[in-house]
Amino acid sequence: MALLEIDGASKRFGATTAVDDVSLNVERGAFYALLGPSGCGKTTLLRMIAGFETPDSGRIFIDGIDVTGLPAYARPVNMMFQSYALFPHMDVAGNIAFGLRQERLDRRRIAARVDEMLALVQMSGYARRRPHELSGGQRQRVALARALAKMPKLLLLDAPLAALDRKLRAETRLELTGIQERVGITFLVVTHDQEEALSVASCVAVMDRGRVVQTGAPAEIYERPASRLVADFVGEVNLFEGELTAGFNGLALVVAGFREPVPLPCGTRLPEGAAAALAVRPEKVVLSHAPPAGFAIAATVSSIGYLGGGSIVHLATEQGMALKAYLPGAAASSFGRGAPVWATWPPDEAVVLTQ
Amino acid sequence: MTGMGWTGRLLLIGVPFLWLALFFLLPLLIVVKISLAQSTIGIPPYTPLLVDHDGGRELHATLANFALITNDDLYLRAYLGSLGNAAMATALCLLIGYPVAYAIARSQGVRRHLLLFLVMLPFWTSFLIRVYAWIAILEPNGLLNQCLIALGLTAAPLPLLNNEFSVELGLVYSYLPFMILPLYGSLSVLDPSLIEAAADLGARPLQGFLGVTLPLTLPGIAAGSLLVLIPALGEFVIPDLLGGPDTLMIGKVLWDEFFNNRDWPVAAAVAVVLVAALAVPLLAAQRFLERGHAA
Ligand SMILES: Nc1ncnc2c1ncn2[C@@H]1O[C@H](COP(=O)(O)OP(=O)(O)OP(=O)(O)O)[C@@H](O)[C@H]1O
Ligand SMILES: [Mg+2]
Repeated sequence: MALLEIDGASKRFGATTAVDDVSLNVERGAFYALLGPSGCGKTTLLRMIAGFETPDSGRIFIDGIDVTGLPAYARPVNMMFQSYALFPHMDVAGNIAFGLRQERLDRRRIAARVDEMLALVQMSGYARRRPHELSGGQRQRVALARALAKMPKLLLLDAPLAALDRKLRAETRLELTGIQERVGITFLVVTHDQEEALSVASCVAVMDRGRVVQTGAPAEIYERPASRLVADFVGEVNLFEGELTAGFNGLALVVAGFREPVPLPCGTRLPEGAAAALAVRPEKVVLSHAPPAGFAIAATVSSIGYLGGGSIVHLATEQGMALKAYLPGAAASSFGRGAPVWATWPPDEAVVLTQ
Repeated sequence: MTGMGWTGRLLLIGVPFLWLALFFLLPLLIVVKISLAQSTIGIPPYTPLLVDHDGGRELHATLANFALITNDDLYLRAYLGSLGNAAMATALCLLIGYPVAYAIARSQGVRRHLLLFLVMLPFWTSFLIRVYAWIAILEPNGLLNQCLIALGLTAAPLPLLNNEFSVELGLVYSYLPFMILPLYGSLSVLDPSLIEAAADLGARPLQGFLGVTLPLTLPGIAAGSLLVLIPALGEFVIPDLLGGPDTLMIGKVLWDEFFNNRDWPVAAAVAVVLVAALAVPLLAAQRFLERGHAA
């Protein structure tokens, strides 16, 4: 049985449907990421799980118990707020102890637990500081410690790293996974940063306009997106729209600008004549100066962006389409800006999309 | 403030300073001066402080007025009466005002503006007229008694006017907006996610209120309480119009000394003691608010 089961939950605010018939299972011990563009309903879904919004329809089960009608204070769930929501009139220790005091634990047990939590987030020297005396990263740690102090069955984290700068975000992301493994609590993290979702999560659900459009392991979402939308939102992608036709060796896609129909990955079974798209990740694109054997499209290099470990080459085709190719190491140095090139890819590395 | 120049800065500090000196400090000093003089018949009805004497000038100051108000226990009882009534009014305003301010702060859009407008609506009518209206309501054959008799709740009119009850009612009615507005101010800036965080951590609504909402609105409570307590302490109109023969409040004693007895020096001494007594809670509250601000 999954730890969290959401069964057809919907929530409307006036004319907008913030969450639209969402069903989701989060397994025990998972690091589950809810990924989606701003305003797609991630926070609203999280707030329904925490008990701050009641769904208009649908049910929510935690550990097999229907919590749909339970008030927030009675749910075995804690939340780390997008704004951290630390109590400004209490010091760090007071903030962490707040939840424990509600359980009327005795003072020594509370103090011991607070120390343990402070050590967990490496804030042991800061027990007497007030929130306004902390940096953004330190506040984030205190918020995490406060939410973990009660050992909830499920921890909800609303964009936990969004307020941090890039370098701190990368470090904290690693720490977060370390802490999650150590405490063994199931994490449900909201994020609109796809890199974050792919790097930390054991499972990802992609949301769009209130709906869950795909769930799966990060690699699965990235390598096998189920729709144009997911392919486009998760990572960079080149999308080639065309019409299916019977090719030389199985199905192929007729795409404007290619000398011959583009072969599809092996085993693709779709009706001839239908419209479809091929999604090709930039790192799968192969560039050459001379026309290669087989399918290829002619383009000119419009710019080259150096990324450190490699370069991203922006191309423009004669049809006016913009393409991206990622070349590792110094491979991009043989292509100058404005140079004519040919782009192709191994057919099995592309994904056919009909949605 | 760079680029403003020292004349600009002087003006910025100087204007409010001058204002306070001219309209607050100077009158206060005049009152202190009168309180040190003796009552005479004439214009003005008190002796001068400096008297020409043998070509030189002599200081004629006396503490007799202060001695009088400390010896006659009428004054002490009046101060305590005022303090009791004002403290009671402050407590009642807080008890009524907090839920009202909370409801306004939780409401949205037009509703919030409408409610705030209603709180301030009484200011559109003269204070004096509103107190007179209460007389019409509370009189033996006034509006309220007529209603009670018509409903059969009482056979004879209840004594609602000219007693402690009507004074307290008048004080609470008149000063309630001064409690509600600062409370609303501190409640409306309270981040709702803090209350949600408390609930998320297992606090029931009452515990969340006591642990988070109440401590974070203490500055509003302090400000509102002072805005009610201080004017209520010196209040004259309400005890004069709504009070009875037993109502003893310092504002009324002061009025009587000044206008009925024409004893300006004693009236001034009463006022000086009142100001000195008020300065204590004011300074204490100021310190408290500053500390809350820094946190
Ligand atoms: N209390 C509310 N009243 C009215 N509309 C709301 C309310 N809360 C959310 N919405 C609307 O519901 C939609 C989803 O909002 P939500 O906050 O869940 O988005 P989100 O995915 O968390 O976005 P972000 O990544 O920017 O935080 C938005 O269109 C938002 O305007
Ligand atoms: Mg959000």
